[in-house]
Amino acid sequence: MLPSRSVWICIQREKKHICHRSSQHVTGLLKSSGSPVITPSPLSSFSFSKSLSGLSAARRGLIQRKMSENGVTARRSKVLTIDTMNATVKKVEYAVRGPIVQRAVQIEKELKEGAKKPFTEVIKANIGDAHAMGQQPITFFRQVLALCSYPELLKDSNFPEDAKHRARRILQGCGGESIGAYSASQGIDCIRQDVARYIERRDGGVPCDPDNVFLSTGASDGIVTMLKLLVAGEGRNRTGIMISIPQYPLYSAALAELGAVQVNYYLDEEKCWGLDISELQRSLEAARQHCNPRALCIINPGNPTGQVQSRQCIEDVIRFAAKENLFLMADEVYQDNVYADGCQFHSFKKVLFEMGPEYSNTVELASFHSTSKCYMGECGFRGGYMEVINLDPEVKEQLSKLVSVRLCPPVPGQALMGLVVNPPQPGEPSYTTFMKERTAVLSALAEKAKLTEQILNTVPGIACNPVQGAMYSFPRITLPERAVKEAKEKGQAPDMLYCMKLLEETGICLVPGSGFGQRDGTYHFRMTILPPVDKLQILLSKLKEFHQRFTKQYS
Amino acid sequence: MSLLRDVSPRLWSISSSEQVALAKRAAQITTELQQGVKKPYKNVIDVSWGDPHRGGLKPLTFVRQVVATCLYPSLLNSEALPVDVQQRAKSLLGECDGGSVGSYTSTRGIPKIVQSVSEFISRRDGGVQSSPENIFITSGSQRSLMMVLELFVQSEGFLQTGVLTPVPSYPYFNKALSALGGTMVPYHLCEEQGWKLKVDELRRALHVARGHCNPMALYVINPGNPTGHVQNRKSIEDVIRFAAEEKLFLLADEVYQDSVHDPSCEFVSYKKVLFEMGPPYSNSVELASFNSISKGYFGESGLRGGYVEFVNLDPTVVGYVYNLFSLDTNSAILGQITLDIMAHPPQPGDPSYPTFSEEIRSIKDTLASNVHRVHDVLGDLPGISSQPIKGGMFAFPQLHLPPCVVQEAKEAGMKPDVLYSSLLLEETGLCVGAGCEHGQKEGTHHIRLCIATPEENMEEVLNRLSTFHLSFMSRLS
Repeated sequence: MLPSRSVWICIQREKKHICHRSSQHVTGLLKSSGSPVITPSPLSSFSFSKSLSGLSAARRGLIQRKMSENGVTARRSKVLTIDTMNATVKKVEYAVRGPIVQRAVQIEKELKEGAKKPFTEVIKANIGDAHAMGQQPITFFRQVLALCSYPELLKDSNFPEDAKHRARRILQGCGGESIGAYSASQGIDCIRQDVARYIERRDGGVPCDPDNVFLSTGASDGIVTMLKLLVAGEGRNRTGIMISIPQYPLYSAALAELGAVQVNYYLDEEKCWGLDISELQRSLEAARQHCNPRALCIINPGNPTGQVQSRQCIEDVIRFAAKENLFLMADEVYQDNVYADGCQFHSFKKVLFEMGPEYSNTVELASFHSTSKCYMGECGFRGGYMEVINLDPEVKEQLSKLVSVRLCPPVPGQALMGLVVNPPQPGEPSYTTFMKERTAVLSALAEKAKLTEQILNTVPGIACNPVQGAMYSFPRITLPERAVKEAKEKGQAPDMLYCMKLLEETGICLVPGSGFGQRDGTYHFRMTILPPVDKLQILLSKLKEFHQRFTKQYS
Repeated sequence: MSLLRDVSPRLWSISSSEQVALAKRAAQITTELQQGVKKPYKNVIDVSWGDPHRGGLKPLTFVRQVVATCLYPSLLNSEALPVDVQQRAKSLLGECDGGSVGSYTSTRGIPKIVQSVSEFISRRDGGVQSSPENIFITSGSQRSLMMVLELFVQSEGFLQTGVLTPVPSYPYFNKALSALGGTMVPYHLCEEQGWKLKVDELRRALHVARGHCNPMALYVINPGNPTGHVQNRKSIEDVIRFAAEEKLFLLADEVYQDSVHDPSCEFVSYKKVLFEMGPPYSNSVELASFNSISKGYFGESGLRGGYVEFVNLDPTVVGYVYNLFSLDTNSAILGQITLDIMAHPPQPGDPSYPTFSEEIRSIKDTLASNVHRVHDVLGDLPGISSQPIKGGMFAFPQLHLPPCVVQEAKEAGMKPDVLYSSLLLEETGLCVGAGCEHGQKEGTHHIRLCIATPEENMEEVLNRLSTFHLSFMSRLS
């Protein structure tokens, strides 16, 4: 006699689940792919012919010729070439890490080597990297993380008790009480529970189930993972994903990588980058002609556009998604970064639940958060989470499987996410310092948001919407026709030409609007509001001078 | 009705893990024990992971001191920390934008650390040149593996990309490949000969596959996971020659390069052998080699640090590779810092050197002693046979299960080694890995045990395993 009854049942139940799933998959595969037909190629007598089959005709011809001269030469050609590599990878472009940034790094190197330039340092206002711009980390977070890394420090009386308490709690959640152990793929249990409680507090009591929380390697890991689940079908059935224009280029890059159809909807620059439902409708209907739009991505507060959505607008979007049967992806990584009077952050989840069961029981939503933005700005840790709502249970299992492939998010990033959602409380020793640091960062950002808007709007030819939230301004620039022409001759986007010149002449590194998408014939750049106030003022006045010079030069 | 029901068929094809069921049950038992349910054991011991810290090995003090100091630079003034810790932390912080580990780094990783890694590779390979341009640091080597696979696996086109994959293998490689839509071309390691990799078998596997898929790459794990074999130079040369003849891109998973236990074996990297073979091999065979801080003496799996080095990458693809890796923004920074220490550990004369080398020696001794104990104990058990563990972190013994067990398992819809592992867990609280997770020759059954654990724990593991095994076998007779 073998196992006890209960084990059998327990294991069989798991097993059944697994079998059910895999048989579904098999039928799915058969349906979708059909059996591959192999046509014998004229080269099939050669052992390596197969690897040539992916090559372009021209290259095949070349290799054939070479082979007739000398078979060995042909073998030298690489396995992985531009012709054989994954076609979707070729389409991946990532503007925030594009040519401008690469040139900036080069210039920095040249400066270090003593090259003479009209400036002494490169100011990187291209990327939302607060610490690189001198913002100080939150003391409490770093204390706890240091304690977790080197628990001997728990004996050190210089560390406050609440930091030690948190560190012990985190370590207890780790395998072997070490942040060096793998965690479960979904993330450390007690941290997911803390995230759930945070979401409930933030959303005025709307319940959150820790099982719906997945910790991630920065928000981008969560976003790409959800997109992977959504993308399917071929031809007209290929998944389309609606993204705002301007957008954060992670979306376009990931869609290219996954071979999904990018469906653009335009934000209204005249209305402070507002989102208009009729534009969503237009975009969706146009897309339905050639693909299968399944999801709508929203970035709120907006990147690169800095707008903060009103509660009403979010409701409208949710109604639209419900009506059109779209999956909602809410990128809410700037949820603490709201500066403008009268603006407030509302989470999609909260609004969804306040709209009642008709919506809250049906609309599928994934919302994303990160440790990289807000007041902490801890980009290097790659911490983040996503919450999924109304996800089909079977799909959720696919999601669990998918996240298991990447093993687990970095544990220090998980720990940090845990601290962000569970910061020092009133009465705890670190509370006062924590609040002081947090407020200082957020009010400095508010000041810089205002300053940026004001100064930019004094420059003829630059028009900047209010920076209501997030970390960027995205002003529109008027470029002289000659500049536009010159850029076109060079095969460059006109605002790329502008930003490249700006970098070469002033050392200021910005990202051209073309990297984010914009209405045809309009030009922009994205600039962060992160440099310290004095540096930001210098930057803005240099920018002003440059713009005037540039305009003059090309008129 | 759910929108998402129509998930990409690729995702359905990632195999569901039998191990997940075991892990769930293990967690359940732990809870039951905490609630006071009486069992013949007082705790669950889990050796199914390849996770040294979870297994109870301690982190290296120098690593954690430097990481803590980088996190909380006030410690730079602490007298409790050795001078070389402070120097290293200070110099690393100097390489971070804004002097903070909270900033983004460049796509490849912090340039200084990428440089350190390339120097480390070059030292390891007896001077074979390594260029930082060919290295990408990622959040763990699994991430590197996934990115490299993505380069190959065509999402369009009529013939699936095939990758020659060992059986048994590292299951998360197989899952990553399925997730991308690629297909495995299994080749069997020869268990009877200590899990030897044989070129004839590679050739057989390749020829069977051609026509069904487009085999583009060959994945090797050396030292082996879960098989514990260590390839010698000759074997590596043969594999390289095969890859050259058959035009395959080599993927060398070398994350266990630190862990060679058999004094008569030595780790030699694929890259080193490739260069020593000279042209035409050294300037044509494409290779991606992977390494990590998760294994070996560091065991820092949770920090997520690893890298890939490319060799002979075609110039036309270099830019695209960069773009693809850029999508990850950058790798987790504490993992990068730990890689720097792996590449440049404390040297004789440094204040931290004595402790550092003592800690490493102690881990080495522990692993060596565990290897001996595993051989001794399993060697005496009837119905179990085990190949020598020359390297890596695992024992992967074969269970010779009588037909009645196999039959019973079949009736229950379970793999026989899952059945065995479930009973083992239920009766002794010991959680091991089931061999079917890794793939195994038809009709054979295995279990995997991680040996990266303190000696007393290993003893307890072996004790539970042999008690169970003997009682299991006697129940059958």
